[in-house]
Amino acid sequence: MSLSLDDVKRVANLARIEVGEDEARATLAQLTGIFSLIEQMQAVDTSAIKPMSHPQDAVQRLRDDVVTETDQHKLFQSIAPQVEARFYLVPKVIE
Amino acid sequence: MLNSSLKQLSALLAQKEISSVELTCEFLKRIKALNPNYNAFITINEEMSLAQARNADAIIASGDAHPLTGIPIAQKDIFCTKGWLTTCGSKMLSNFISPYDAGVIEHFNKIGAVNIGKTNMDEFAMGSSNETSFYGPVKNPWNIATVPGGSSGGSACAVAARMAPAATGTDTGGSIRQPAALCGVSGIKPTYGLVSRYGMIAFASSLDQGGPIAKSAADLALMLNVMVGFDPRDSTTLQREKEDYTHDLGKPLDGLRIGLPREYFVKEMSDDVARAVEAAITEYRKLGAKTVEISLPNTKLSIPVYYVLAPAEASSNLSRFDGVRYGYRAPKYTDLNDMYQKSRAQGFGAEVKRRILIGTYVLSHGYYDAYYIQAQKLRRLIAQDFIEAFKQCDIIMGPTSPTTAFSLGEKSNDPLRMYLSDAYTIATNLAGLPGMSIPAGFGNEGKPVGLHIIGNYFSEAQMLNVAYQYQQVMDWHAQMPFTQ
Repeated sequence: MSLSLDDVKRVANLARIEVGEDEARATLAQLTGIFSLIEQMQAVDTSAIKPMSHPQDAVQRLRDDVVTETDQHKLFQSIAPQVEARFYLVPKVIE
Repeated sequence: MLNSSLKQLSALLAQKEISSVELTCEFLKRIKALNPNYNAFITINEEMSLAQARNADAIIASGDAHPLTGIPIAQKDIFCTKGWLTTCGSKMLSNFISPYDAGVIEHFNKIGAVNIGKTNMDEFAMGSSNETSFYGPVKNPWNIATVPGGSSGGSACAVAARMAPAATGTDTGGSIRQPAALCGVSGIKPTYGLVSRYGMIAFASSLDQGGPIAKSAADLALMLNVMVGFDPRDSTTLQREKEDYTHDLGKPLDGLRIGLPREYFVKEMSDDVARAVEAAITEYRKLGAKTVEISLPNTKLSIPVYYVLAPAEASSNLSRFDGVRYGYRAPKYTDLNDMYQKSRAQGFGAEVKRRILIGTYVLSHGYYDAYYIQAQKLRRLIAQDFIEAFKQCDIIMGPTSPTTAFSLGEKSNDPLRMYLSDAYTIATNLAGLPGMSIPAGFGNEGKPVGLHIIGNYFSEAQMLNVAYQYQQVMDWHAQMPFTQ
């Protein structure tokens, strides 16, 4: 598998990270090196193996469906970039 | 006092030989003198530290003290700390005053420990040299032209240079053990699930685990006693009975079976590291242990598997940094999408962006099974290697890092070479096993070497005793660098 410059730009867009042309080229060179390492994984037949997501194979706990959070919007919004009347402000998205 | 153990400091406090305020002032003074050279701390807040010290003195006076009440602890800047700047080493959080405490911080607050400052780290814990920090690299106190390791480099440096009696760290692929090794201090990453990840800024959730860095195994045990505990707010913490991690200290090592993986004693390990590790193992034989050769056949797959899983989880975790609710927002943008793209492009450093891009790619449509699922399957194979190995031995030993501390700038432009410096530590995180590093002497140019000790699940108390016994007969851990 080989990565292309378009792949880098597509992925950067998916990740919402602006990359310039030069940066994309430099990134391509580095990612190509890293993926050549990652490709070693493909040599192993894993068809009979179950994926592992938690070392103890623990399952998600359930809890009672009750409200546990208190309203702390003043505290949380005091560190927000832009807030008005309890709302987080962002550039207009609907015309 | 700088070289005193936590137990000794605790006794001084209990006997009113010294107050927590005096102790805290002593360490703050040392930080102010040394930190300009070492850059181990991002934030010092004298007022808040002293308020905690005064509170600790009141607890001690009331006769209600815990062994760590009043002791100054350096906190890695990955732990959210209410009212403190909590940056995670990133420009993205360079304005983030945390509105809440991490579970680990709550534990320290509850027993009246003093937060002596927030330590420098690789940005979002992604790095092995501390050079990716937005706040500049930390210097290794044994040789300031070299790196302290990472990502918990600030914590390891702070303990090595005696700017704090003990510190917290986090370990996703070696971030407690590798800097502990390179700075000549002790550190342990517990079994995955023992320490709460609540408020510990997430990098790779299935691998991240908090743990202590300190001067000795006995100190690590006291720190673990505070840090470990179930937290309903972290769905991956385990519900287990509270354990006293000091309970095994002092047991003889007669008959202990030490497994030496043949895959770890290879040419990638430098000669000076090999000599120190072999000398340490010889010492263990004198203590009554015997060694058995074991095999961890899938060792070579650890790095490729890690560099799929960790970036994949990071790309998901770091999607929360959008410049809307907290953190950095770009000053100029045209629309919402542009605001996201510019805030993230400007707020994240190069290594973090690189890992987000790798992660986004391996999780993108059409690649998920070939990369992420394949990596999770191989992860099971790597874990099974250890389960098999522990049928033949009680504990596994080897080098923590293939080399001693490397020069600042030596690997920072070559991510692939940097990644290989975690070759010995990563498999432990993938398997979820506990791992620790203790000082095992010095290599060339007087640089510290770390001995890596891997235990079976939940065997922290035993591992700490294995380290403790060595530290009774050897004094590498008690040596400190010449600080200036």
